[in-house]
Amino acid sequence: MKHLLSAADLSRDEAQLILDTAEEMRSLADRPIKKLPALRGRTVVNLFFEDSTRTRISFEAAAKRLSADVINFSAKGSSLSKGESLKDTALTLQAMGADGVVCRHGSSGAPHLLAKSGWMTGSVVNAGDGTHEHPTQALLDAFTMRRHLGSLEGRRITIVGDVLHSRVARSNVLLLSTLGAEVTVVAPPTLVPVDMSRWPCATSYDFDAVLPKSDAVMMLRVQRERMNDAFFPSAREYTRRYGLDKNRMAQLPDEAIVLHPGPMNRGMEISAEVADSTRSVIVEQVTNGVAIRMAVLYLLLSGSNETEEQTA
Amino acid sequence: MSPAQRAEHPEISQPPKRSSREVLDASDISRALTRIAHEILERNRGADPVVLLGIPSRGVPLAQRVSARIQAVEGQSVPTGSLDVTMYRDDIGLKPPRGLEHTDIPADGIDGKVVVLVDDVLFSGRTIRAALDALGDIGRPRAVQLAVLVDRGHRELPIRADYVGKNLPTSLVERVTVHLTEFDGEDAVLIADKAPTGVKA
Repeated sequence: MKHLLSAADLSRDEAQLILDTAEEMRSLADRPIKKLPALRGRTVVNLFFEDSTRTRISFEAAAKRLSADVINFSAKGSSLSKGESLKDTALTLQAMGADGVVCRHGSSGAPHLLAKSGWMTGSVVNAGDGTHEHPTQALLDAFTMRRHLGSLEGRRITIVGDVLHSRVARSNVLLLSTLGAEVTVVAPPTLVPVDMSRWPCATSYDFDAVLPKSDAVMMLRVQRERMNDAFFPSAREYTRRYGLDKNRMAQLPDEAIVLHPGPMNRGMEISAEVADSTRSVIVEQVTNGVAIRMAVLYLLLSGSNETEEQTA
Repeated sequence: MSPAQRAEHPEISQPPKRSSREVLDASDISRALTRIAHEILERNRGADPVVLLGIPSRGVPLAQRVSARIQAVEGQSVPTGSLDVTMYRDDIGLKPPRGLEHTDIPADGIDGKVVVLVDDVLFSGRTIRAALDALGDIGRPRAVQLAVLVDRGHRELPIRADYVGKNLPTSLVERVTVHLTEFDGEDAVLIADKAPTGVKA
């Protein structure tokens, strides 16, 4: 593995390796010294063209716990706001000797361009590109589910909400099906992408019918900032049909868990009671996010580049 | 990878096809571990301060076996765990990334204890150096001791073992392989003539 651009690039063995490595990384949180020397002397650049709190902080914490040097680079306050191109930014990072670039961009495919253009030699990690993919979020979701449910083979996982604008949903469907889970996507017809039939999952418009058959329910944020059209009549109607509240949660099997990639719209796609309930693993997802990102950075950056290119 | 998982991979459990001779058989290994258990008790005047940490992969079952022998002799269990040193190796940037092995530190920690590191083969000493660094991030033991099943010489660092199952003079082109029932279906120490690529030191 040289880059992590899409959850689709991961084979089952590679995905399991990342999850197993993350399991070891997570035990670090219990130690007095939360630091490992694996990436000493390596430089990781957090290149964020879009606003983000938890993903950027999570990657920063992960890189620092592995002893890498971290440079944070956000579009606001940089030359990007003066109109610098992605290429010139990449050349600058290359000249500074970035070993790894964590990229979030509003345009789908920007991390792919960074990785494949030859502008820079470092590893690229996709931290969310447009409405395309967010592979580390899918990995941390799978990791969280695996800790609660055991193996994901044959587990029924339901992803609910704004699938059309969600990079989290796409990455999760791809990764979870690679890991053997049965994924069902539930969304209003207006928020289902046109190519949905090619995704390795089932589709439903009826949340209540799917609930009793779910081992885990993942609620997606309604992304109002990406909505330039009337996708549903009103927030109340959306909540009534696709929101997870106490009554709906009661229909879930006893062991089922509730996930949300955050940030939550409390009262919209998820009620406060559900978000704060014992079934909710939303806070745990954040903790696990650091472990997953440590595992990804470790596996991408700890080895020698020369050997990697030979075997790739 | 657990022993059970490893047993499912026939390519790992098959004995090597190259010409190799057995230098220790199952009963030799058993006697060596019994002696090491007694030496650990003698040196530390009992089992009280001792924590056994095996270095994956084959050091872990060896530590458990020594632990069982100490339990049989003293009637007292010794905290036993494992310590993965992958991220502390000095060649970490020179080789392709490796998966991590499991680290399991006993609940009471290692502060003020006598940590006995257990590994299968002592060769260059670089694994043990990495283990010492790893211990430093976990706590401050009163002392660190080293137990190995085989010491084959050719040290590249000033490190020595406190408890040795067998001193095995070897040449650098030879390869020492330790087989344990937990991973390989048999107990044996083998010497092969030529080191294949990717040799485990």
